[in-house]
Amino acid sequence: MFVGVDIGSRSIKAAAWQDDALVDYRIEESGFEPHEQARVMVTPYQAINIVATGYGRHLAKEHFADQIITEIKAHGMGVHALLPSVTTVVDVGGQDSKVISLDTRGKVANFQINSMCTVFAESEVISMKNRGIPREQIARAVHSSVADRIIAMLNRLGVGESVAFSGGVAKNSCVVQMVRDRLGNIPLTVPENPIVIGALGAAIAASRLGEA
Amino acid sequence: MNSEKFEIKAYPEMWETLGMDVERFDKMRLMLGDMYAQSYLSQKNRPDCMGYFDNMIAEIHGGRVQELLDARQKGKPVIGTFCVYIPEEIVLAAGGICVGLCGGSQGSIPDAETILPRNICPMVKSAFGFKVGKVCPYFQAVDFVYGETTCDAKKKTWEILDKLVPTHVMEIPQTKRPAAVDMWLSEVKDFRDKVESIAGSEITLENLQEAVKVMNNKRKVLQRLNTLRHTDPTPVSGKDVLLIEQIAFYDEPVRFAAKVNELCAELEQRIDEGVTVQKRGAARVMVAGVPMALPNWKLHNLVEGAGAVIVNEESCIGTRYYKDLMTEDGGDMESILRELTSRYMKIDCSCFTPNDERIDQVLQEYEESGAQGIIHYSLQFCHTYNIEEIRIREACKKEGIPYMFIESDYSPEDVGQLETRVEAFLEQIAE
Repeated sequence: MFVGVDIGSRSIKAAAWQDDALVDYRIEESGFEPHEQARVMVTPYQAINIVATGYGRHLAKEHFADQIITEIKAHGMGVHALLPSVTTVVDVGGQDSKVISLDTRGKVANFQINSMCTVFAESEVISMKNRGIPREQIARAVHSSVADRIIAMLNRLGVGESVAFSGGVAKNSCVVQMVRDRLGNIPLTVPENPIVIGALGAAIAASRLGEA
Repeated sequence: MNSEKFEIKAYPEMWETLGMDVERFDKMRLMLGDMYAQSYLSQKNRPDCMGYFDNMIAEIHGGRVQELLDARQKGKPVIGTFCVYIPEEIVLAAGGICVGLCGGSQGSIPDAETILPRNICPMVKSAFGFKVGKVCPYFQAVDFVYGETTCDAKKKTWEILDKLVPTHVMEIPQTKRPAAVDMWLSEVKDFRDKVESIAGSEITLENLQEAVKVMNNKRKVLQRLNTLRHTDPTPVSGKDVLLIEQIAFYDEPVRFAAKVNELCAELEQRIDEGVTVQKRGAARVMVAGVPMALPNWKLHNLVEGAGAVIVNEESCIGTRYYKDLMTEDGGDMESILRELTSRYMKIDCSCFTPNDERIDQVLQEYEESGAQGIIHYSLQFCHTYNIEEIRIREACKKEGIPYMFIESDYSPEDVGQLETRVEAFLEQIAE
């Protein structure tokens, strides 16, 4: 079994890959000692190789991981394995958002990372609240601004022919629908378990260790 | 040199006489020393000849400053600068010294922000803050600061700085049309008059010719160093070459050239013996863009920390400083000043429009350096480089050169994200 672990800002995801398929995954809060938490999560799999990605990847390599890859490469690999026709990946997580262009073999051709800058959004929300704007409208505005930022990043990097949406925010159906509306004719796919795509990509990378 | 023993030497009495904030500066000295030990002395397998440059850092706040003070005592002009447009030959011909001022550190930015707007370039803020906080011995030791009009932030900051230290502003043209060249020549002559007034004597033809040779030689040894590091595998780290390019701005030029030549001889031997700093097969990256003033080693730390090696800096602290030479075939004062003007007009700063030469230069240096990708590095709010970046990006796309743009400042805030971006770029190159 090959294991990928994605140590993100908010949560840790582990994915197990065997015979070209995702066979298991788990998700836990990051906690205060993320690398220790991650080590506990991957231990039961008795992995042949472990590849770590996400903010905690370097620490994971010091403690237990065989190799590391960036979230960029991990999301590219994960999406390409599930949705081979996709050329553009949007990943919105707890800390930042990424747009990744893939070539036809699933290799990263270009990418962009932006901070979501939640502090600014928070002050805007407070000011809306204090102008007496109803909560439904404020919530909608927040979602809409996230969608606008994603579209702006996509336009900057090039939307491509087909887009996949991964990361925790892809579970938010309202944001997904808003992005879909803004994309018009370009298809937007949310893979099953969008949260574990990074870990899945790392697990696939683990299965290829030693190949090259 | 042992990294645990490394310390930047303290000269509290000298600092006191320079009117510095001694207590605070002493803390900054310790911080810089730690930073240097961490970034530089932890490198494995460095060339022995880097010892001289380690010592230039150990003496950055003392030994070199004392040399400036001694020169001033003898009535020689000492001029502070931030820009490669300063006609150094003229300063040298007057027996004077040109010295790059502090402007590469986060530590002085809060001082600047008590006065200047926050949303301007960190280099301008850092430099201004060093003067406001009285925490740069060089600022305290100069006769005057040479300012120029290469960007709006600098141009307007000189007006404020002038109240703290005399600042002579040269107008840098924005185009390379004939009228602009004539204007620049008259600015060069004004600058000469200013330097002569400090020196108390006129620059002779002989001294100017000698100064041209000294500067040419300094630039030639830097070219030699850059050519040697282009070897694959490279015999010296990008960090070390960047350090030498930074020290080029404050060291005595004849001694500096001799020391760089000694290093080059050692590098030739390392090339023969196959000695390298990074692992064989390490990704080779070229940096293009804005100057990285000492101690701004942020990008080099990230790239080389990730196992790659930087093989070229297309930057003012880099090739833009040394790529162009002057002819040495004599002539009278007027013709040498004309030749000097045309040499400086070849500098492809983004303050010019159009600036097609720079696009070609970037591509040429990419070719010569044997790099596998280009990182364009800009400082926040540096509009001219940030916008010119678009043209560099387009050129790289057309040539199929892996390319990434980084806009950053001196704060450590974005290091985590930059680390991910740099590593992802290296993954892209590797595939």
